[in-house]
Amino acid sequence: MTSAAAGMSDRSKGTGFALRGWLLRYASVIVVLATWELSVRVGGVDPFLLPPLSAVLSLLADEVVSGDVPYQAMLTIYRAMAGFLAATLLGVAIGVLTARNRYCRWFFEPLISVGFPMPKIAFMAIFILWFGIGDTSKIVMVSLTCIFPVISATYLGTTRVDHYLIWSARNMGTSENRILWRVVLPASMPQILSGLQIAFPSSLIVTVVTEMISSGGGLGSYMILAARFALSEKVFVGIVTIAIVGYVLLTVFGHVRRRLLLWHAESQQAI
Amino acid sequence: MRILGRLGRTGFYYTPLLILALAWELMARTGVMPADLGPSPWQTLEALSTLYRDGDLLMHAGISFWREFAGFITSCILGTAVGVGMARVDWVRTVFRPVVTFLYPMPKSALIPLLLLWFGIGHMSKIAAIFLGCLLPIVTSAFNGARGVDPQLIWSARSLGTSNTAILWKIVLPAALPDILSGVRIALSLSWLLLVSAELLISRSGLGYLISYTGESGDYSTMFAAILVVVSIGFVADRIFLHLIRWVLRYTDFTG
Repeated sequence: MTSAAAGMSDRSKGTGFALRGWLLRYASVIVVLATWELSVRVGGVDPFLLPPLSAVLSLLADEVVSGDVPYQAMLTIYRAMAGFLAATLLGVAIGVLTARNRYCRWFFEPLISVGFPMPKIAFMAIFILWFGIGDTSKIVMVSLTCIFPVISATYLGTTRVDHYLIWSARNMGTSENRILWRVVLPASMPQILSGLQIAFPSSLIVTVVTEMISSGGGLGSYMILAARFALSEKVFVGIVTIAIVGYVLLTVFGHVRRRLLLWHAESQQAI
Repeated sequence: MRILGRLGRTGFYYTPLLILALAWELMARTGVMPADLGPSPWQTLEALSTLYRDGDLLMHAGISFWREFAGFITSCILGTAVGVGMARVDWVRTVFRPVVTFLYPMPKSALIPLLLLWFGIGHMSKIAAIFLGCLLPIVTSAFNGARGVDPQLIWSARSLGTSNTAILWKIVLPAALPDILSGVRIALSLSWLLLVSAELLISRSGLGYLISYTGESGDYSTMFAAILVVVSIGFVADRIFLHLIRWVLRYTDFTG
């Protein structure tokens, strides 16, 4: 694009301007991708260590058409989501109980403070021993990883609910049970969702690792098998796919959060 | 006296853990829990002491520590440099921001097979896994911390004639340190996860390998002992780091 044309589109603020802004924003990504392709084609990098981008994308297209990669991706997403949902339900329940009942607090607080920083993936060997190498051990592992941020966020959120909200509701004769569902949980929703947001990426990280450890399909075992057979293009196809899956899931999660918190000051500021 | 009181409180705090361990031991001894579900806590401790006396434990732990240390420290230094650079220098931000945005949502464990192809089963693949996995959390927290520095602090220093280098070391870094260290703490827990995963999968040494090796050979007491060591190391490392943060940040109102 000549400078005159660029200047014109600047003034008209048309599609050219948008395109230029987009190019500027993603210039470094484009440069990285171009360097990737060229370093193999021209620069003499071993295509086994770094298969050219074009080769990876064409293999990805083949694998998508054959249905293999979409199937593996769905398996991975299913395991990650099942574990994440279980962790959400259990974590919120334990968090609320811990905040509202002192026996539960006495029991759970040390477990949470010890369990939170542990590298829980080490327990995978035990879960395989208990639940076999199928879906169950993987989903349990994912839930165990995700549950700690959820519990601690729920605990902090529900204990820091504005007391005036609770007192007003109680004053108007609301039962304790209703206060929990209609006041405490909605008021602590932003914190709970922040906890879920921290837990969410680890659900995918851990799902991929569990699939590598005990096969049974999924993108993790797809990649580790490819690596063991030294099929480096397939490894890259797996990485690209998992990156796309991660990006899509995180975007969806962000939308869900905004949708759930439409009533909250947090989203109203953004408008 | 104060120390005794503190010890007592800590002991009381962890009673539920002790109760769980005792209940498990009791269930294993009375046969309520079948033996093929795994060893009892006592058998695990016995296996642990054997493992220690054989010297296997210290050897594998030493290897794991070296990998963890190398990958984590490199990641901390480079990640902080890139993050602070992105916040302070325009072209650094232009170059790195899209790359960070694109790589951020990718599950870092997906890199393990690639690192196997690139570096084989030696030290380097684990160090690289930790380095790459920890880099982005540290970069983003250093970026947020350095960007959030109160501009008045920088203006005052500049008006007093402080050089740019001195501003970086004496104003920006100390002001951004709470954020950087919180990011580093998140990265620390991620680093153990990646180290153990990589060692479980592609290794012939290290604590993760010890777990997978003893598990595959059916020596479950030793496997439980190795798992106990791994999770305890993760827990203790986090506690030490937390105390370190509190000590380093005693000039702020940091409480986390």
